[in-house]
Amino acid sequence: MDSSVAAEPNIRVVKNATCTFCGCVCDDMELTVDLDQKRITKAKNACVLGKAWFAEHSVDESRPVAMIEGKEVSLDEAIDEAAKILVNARFPVIYGMSNSTSEAQRETVKMADLLSANVDSTSSVCHGPTGMGLQGVGEPTTTLGEVKNRADMIVYWGCNPSDCHPRLSTHYAVNPKGMYIPNGRKDRTVINVDVRSTTTTNIADVFVQVKPGSDFELLWGLRILVRGGKLNPAFEEQTGVPIDVIENLASRLMSCNYGILFFGMGLTMTRGRHYNASALHMLATDLNEHTHFVVKPARGHGNVTGADTVMSWQTGYPFGINFNRGYPRHEPGEFTTTDIMCRGEADAACIIASDPMANFAKPAIDHMKKIPMISFDPKPTPTSQAARVAFTTACYGINTPGTVYRMDDIPIPLRPAFESPFPSDLDILKPLVKRIRELKRAQY
Amino acid sequence: MTETMLLVPMRTAKQGVALNQGKLKDAYKKETSTVEIKQEDMDRLGLKTGDRVRLRAGTEEVIVSCKPRKEGKKVQDTATGIIFLPYGPISSALMTDGDTAGTGMPDSKHLIVEIEGPLAQEESDG
Repeated sequence: MDSSVAAEPNIRVVKNATCTFCGCVCDDMELTVDLDQKRITKAKNACVLGKAWFAEHSVDESRPVAMIEGKEVSLDEAIDEAAKILVNARFPVIYGMSNSTSEAQRETVKMADLLSANVDSTSSVCHGPTGMGLQGVGEPTTTLGEVKNRADMIVYWGCNPSDCHPRLSTHYAVNPKGMYIPNGRKDRTVINVDVRSTTTTNIADVFVQVKPGSDFELLWGLRILVRGGKLNPAFEEQTGVPIDVIENLASRLMSCNYGILFFGMGLTMTRGRHYNASALHMLATDLNEHTHFVVKPARGHGNVTGADTVMSWQTGYPFGINFNRGYPRHEPGEFTTTDIMCRGEADAACIIASDPMANFAKPAIDHMKKIPMISFDPKPTPTSQAARVAFTTACYGINTPGTVYRMDDIPIPLRPAFESPFPSDLDILKPLVKRIRELKRAQY
Repeated sequence: MTETMLLVPMRTAKQGVALNQGKLKDAYKKETSTVEIKQEDMDRLGLKTGDRVRLRAGTEEVIVSCKPRKEGKKVQDTATGIIFLPYGPISSALMTDGDTAGTGMPDSKHLIVEIEGPLAQEESDG
């Protein structure tokens, strides 16, 4: 299928383009592109976040392709300086990748291997605990296509897709008509479990308010009921949810035809973390004694799922990986970036397509201010401002082709809208890896 | 007036739109420095929309604006004593404990803070 047709001079329409803002990775965008101004003027089918993603990623040619210490330099000079920083470091950390193509992620793992470095994705402060949890208990999984066609019970637990993944409901899970869901929304029940009501609560049939930090207990209570047990009244005090509400919830979950538990940071960033994720997966497994139930984490950035996937097939592990013994080792808490920075261990960092200076814990940020950093980003960020070497990159999906993984682990091809004068992450990583190899050879 | 509350950093659609414009732009800075408080709590603390409040966690403190939290249209929750702030440099400054309990993930959505306000204009400027 030809995905692009010329509509009129200097205007291009790109059909079936992919939005890489969030993990929904919607691939039904129709983009109108002004090729003279190098900007997208219309993004049909995009949500509010997607519209902003496409509208705000025009090309600012006044920005330098690379800077060292805030001063403009050539791309080659910056690559040389970045390679020297990484080769001379005793404990280099490579982090990020969630807003980059899987082709660039693969090259990043190669670079980490070559440097005997630590490599980690934004998963470690996102759904990393989910990965830990499901490794222990298994994953009753699915695709969003199955959800669209079969799911009559949608549970949003500790997540707010109406704000963060708007089309998760409207395109995949709640509103669309499916093969076995002929009436769309009318055939589905939506349950929202959270510590507060949100815009997602507005689309839910049932809202269950749980006390902050008590998700594990509520999940365990549901497991007891699903396995035929009775609840101790203490569950009500612990979770803040009346026993009859928990019983009603368990009954609804057991009586659906096909249910899905979507969950977010409300489980992974709070007390319990990976135990919460394990409990949720075990609840789904228990429910499969009664009906069909699956689990999916609502993933954030456009290709954070790809980072987990690529690192898993390259190293055997999804995140928090260290190559300093010459082979990959995985140990959350030891090789995850927040911990490494908080302990002051790293002496250089290469940050690819992410912004830890804006969302890490304070002690980690304080250490990152002390070490030489390299940043890859299409726009200025707190991380690019703090970096010794800062590359301006083309935006993946808008300017560069490649592959990204949707939150349900489905690989989706990108159809770029227009060319950028800036290089892609991959365009920088390839010569960077080559230069690192040259410097390493010269050392021996 | 000062109280101890639970701060839960969060994502909002407005924040998602603003970060596309740029994290160094005013829209992003404004959204990530406005704390959302349940109306009941705002009334008790004597706060109005736009008032400046001080949030303190350990030795770190920040000054932010406040506004009432939008609740679900169909369901009112009972989550008092919990305040919400979109993720960003301000919420990171209050994440003073980098302990991840061996997981890589700090307790990012469970920050105990002291909230003090409303602040006088000269105090919030300083």
